[in-house]
This record gives sequence, C-alpha cells and structure tokens, in this order.
Amino acid sequence: MHIWRDIRGTLQPFWVTLCNMFRKPVTQKYPEEKPDLPPRYRARLILTRDPDGNERCVACHLCSAACPVDCISMQAIEAEDGRRYAQWFRINFTRCIYCGMCTEACPTLAIQVTGDFELAGRDPLKLVYEKDDLLVDHCGQNTEYNFYRQSGIGVAVPRGENPGESKPVDAKDLLP
Amino acid sequence: MTEPLITLALIIVKLVVVFGVVLTLAANLVLAERKILGRMQLRYGPNRVGPFGMLQPLADVIKLITKEDFIPAQADKWIFLFAPGLSAVTALLTFAVVPFGPPLTLFGQSVPMVVIDLNVGVLYFLGLSSVAVYGIALGGWASNSKYALLGSIRGLSQLISYELSMGLAVVPVVMMAKSFSLNDIVMAQEKIPFLLLNPVAFLIFLISVLAESKRIPFDLPEAENELVAGFHTEYSGMRFGLFFVGEYINMIILGSMVAVFFLGGWHGPVLPGVLWFIIKVLLVCFFFIWTRASLPRLRYDQLMHFGWKFLLPIALLNVVVTGAVLLAIG
Repeated sequence: MHIWRDIRGTLQPFWVTLCNMFRKPVTQKYPEEKPDLPPRYRARLILTRDPDGNERCVACHLCSAACPVDCISMQAIEAEDGRRYAQWFRINFTRCIYCGMCTEACPTLAIQVTGDFELAGRDPLKLVYEKDDLLVDHCGQNTEYNFYRQSGIGVAVPRGENPGESKPVDAKDLLP
Repeated sequence: MTEPLITLALIIVKLVVVFGVVLTLAANLVLAERKILGRMQLRYGPNRVGPFGMLQPLADVIKLITKEDFIPAQADKWIFLFAPGLSAVTALLTFAVVPFGPPLTLFGQSVPMVVIDLNVGVLYFLGLSSVAVYGIALGGWASNSKYALLGSIRGLSQLISYELSMGLAVVPVVMMAKSFSLNDIVMAQEKIPFLLLNPVAFLIFLISVLAESKRIPFDLPEAENELVAGFHTEYSGMRFGLFFVGEYINMIILGSMVAVFFLGGWHGPVLPGVLWFIIKVLLVCFFFIWTRASLPRLRYDQLMHFGWKFLLPIALLNVVVTGAVLLAIG
C-alpha cells in the first residue's frame, strides 16, 4: 500500500502551485522590455560597401547557394569598367532564419549580419527587402578589405599597382 | 397591482439579474482562470487587451461570433446544432433553485432571494446535472468524428461513476437539514455549516463535483492530448463558445452547490448575505482552477476504479453513519 505516498503526492502539488502564484513571472514583456541579447547576435542582413565607397557585392550567387531556405535572389550584371554588381538583390526576410551562412559564403565580405531583430510587421510583403533597403553606407565589420584591390583584376586601379602586388609578368619578354 | 402580478414581476426581475450576473461571472471566470493559471506557471496570462487584459472576454466573444460556424460532412445536422445549447441551458437552469441571499422585504412582503424555491431543489439539481451530459453525448455523437465520439463515450461512463457518489454525498445533507429544498438546507446551516458537521461528505461531494465539471484531473471527455478536443472537436465559432461558456457556468453552479450544501450558503458575519454567497462560490471556483494547475489527468480506468471502488463505498458508509448518529441524537 502506497496510500500515504499517494496522499502526499496529491496534496504537495497544491502547495507548490500556491507558492508559484506569489512569485514573479519569468515572462519578458517584449515590446516594452527589450531583451538583453548577446553582442554577436545574428539578425537582419545588410550589404556593405568597400573603403572606397563602392558596392562590395559582385553578384556571385554564393550566398543564395549557401542559403538553406533560399531567401536570397539576385541578377548579376557587369558595369563598363569591368565591375560585376547585382542589378537587383532581394532578401525575403519572412523566410530568412538568421543562420548567417550567407556571410560565411561571401567572398567579398559584402553581405553581413546586424543585431537588429525587430522585423515584425503586419504586411509580409514589407519584409521582402530590395537592394536599396539592404545597402548601407559603411564597411560593416571589416573596414579595410576591398575585393577589387586584392583580387588582381584591374578594375579599381590598373594591374600591379595595388599595395603588395608585383607588376604583371610580361609573357612575351622571353621571345626572340 | 394585484398580488400574482407582483410575484411575476419579481420573478422576472430576479431571472434577469441572475442571468446577467451568472453570464458576466462566467465570462470573467475564463479570464480569471487564464490569469491564475498563468501566475501559477510563472507567466502573466492575458495582459494585452485593455488594462491588465480585463477586456479579454469581450475580445474572445467577438472572435468567436465572427468565426465560421462549421458543420462537418455527414454530421447529424440538427442534433449537432442543438447540443451546445443543451449543455449551456441545463447549466443555467440549475441556478433557478439556488438561494443567493437572505429574504428581502419589498412592498411589505418577504421576497426570498431565489428564483423559485422548489421543495425538491436537490433532486432538480441532480436531475439537471444528469441531463447536462446529453449535451456532451449528443454533440460527440452527431459530429461524426471518432475523437468526438470517444469523448462522449468517456463523458457518459464518467457520469455513471461519479453521479452515484455525488448523489450519496448529498444524502447526509438532506438528512441533517430534513428537507430537499435548498432554502431550508441553507437555513439549517445558520449556526454551523455542514462542512464541519460532515467533512467526509464534503470531500466526496467536492471530488464528484470536480468530475461533474469535466475539468482536470477528470477532463477525460475533452482530454486534449489524447482526443484533440474530445466531444467538441468538430465545433467552431460560437457553438464551441457555448460549450466553453457552459463549462464555466457549470463551474459557478457547482461552486454555488458546494456553497449551499456545505459552506453555509449566504450565512456569514458582518458582510451582507449576497456578498458572502459570491465570495464562497468564487472560493470554490478558485479551488477548481487551483486543482487544474496542480494535478495531472487521471487515466480512464483510474477514474472508474476511484468512483466505484473508493468513493461509492465511503459515501454509502457515510450515509449509514450519519443516519445512526442522527438517530442517536434523536
């Protein structure tokens, strides 16, 4: 017979719930009380510019390939000076899961995460961000990196004139 | 004015007042339950609509009324439409016999604070509480859904296992008050409530009433995690709302029955009688909510065992002992 155990097991929960009723709830009242998020929290994505003020994105599609929920899409186009850029660039934030894999894939450090998580709204179409909404006027995390100055393509300056870059070899100087 | 006309007018006034108070209480009880449950689980509960979420019942009603009233294919249409009303109306009807205050003197005549002082009030209550289960049984049957049907089967089998002990728990009360009228039962508790005279009957009645209200730990007919929503799985909109409100009206009714049978009805020091009555009813309702926060759901067979093998013998024994004591006292 476990009758005493059963009676205790029936009455004890009443005491526990009564005690809990007079404790402070653990709920965060979100819109009024902002949550204390970690400093490296990943949320809304941005497109940064290089130190010269040009767009970093070269529309290589690696971010959209890396995206597990397929929320990034773009159209690549080339400017007259040889720069590739995105004709349009679209991130659907109703799908985005803030995993940050696009930033890991990006070879030019163009797409980066910010801590801004407050994207809630009533109209889902307002969460489809176009290039104008994504592009910012700063370099983001890395203030020195400029893809066109590192890649050896003569777009930013002629070939061989970037810091630490040797002149291109004249392939014909061995010819008789 | 002639005497019958005054009586009729008084009855109508009392009806309207009782109807209004009970429905308002039921709506706010939903809010109170969500709030108290929330606090017991370290949450706030609804706190968005109006100050402290006080307008939540109103928002709920608007939502329920504007939702689609869906009737499943091959459902027994008329019974399906009729069942929710049955469960709400039987709950409301019970309140006709509940004395909620001391008699008042109006126009030179004594007005009892009860809609109708039936001399078989106890039987009326027991009868209606048995009829109430038809709402569940028919609703589940007419839905043409296996979950709903399972829920109503459970409701019926639950009924026969607790109704007996509930009736037998009231028998000592009737024996002590020497009357079936709820008014006389309250009057008999003027000095000392039956809770102190017969605590065993009180406990049995409280447990049976928990089962009657179909709430945790005896909410088998609607066991959410087994039967989706039990007997009201297929209901939507205000028909679901009627079942829902019926449950809370039932809670108030059963609370007032516990108050009338065992807590001394409207008797109490200092405060006016009506206030005492409401306080006692709300205390019982709080106990219902508290139980919901504390206990897990019993298994189907556990309830049957508990009802038939534990509550019923004790209730029978209690009747015999009470009778013997009453006989000895004379």
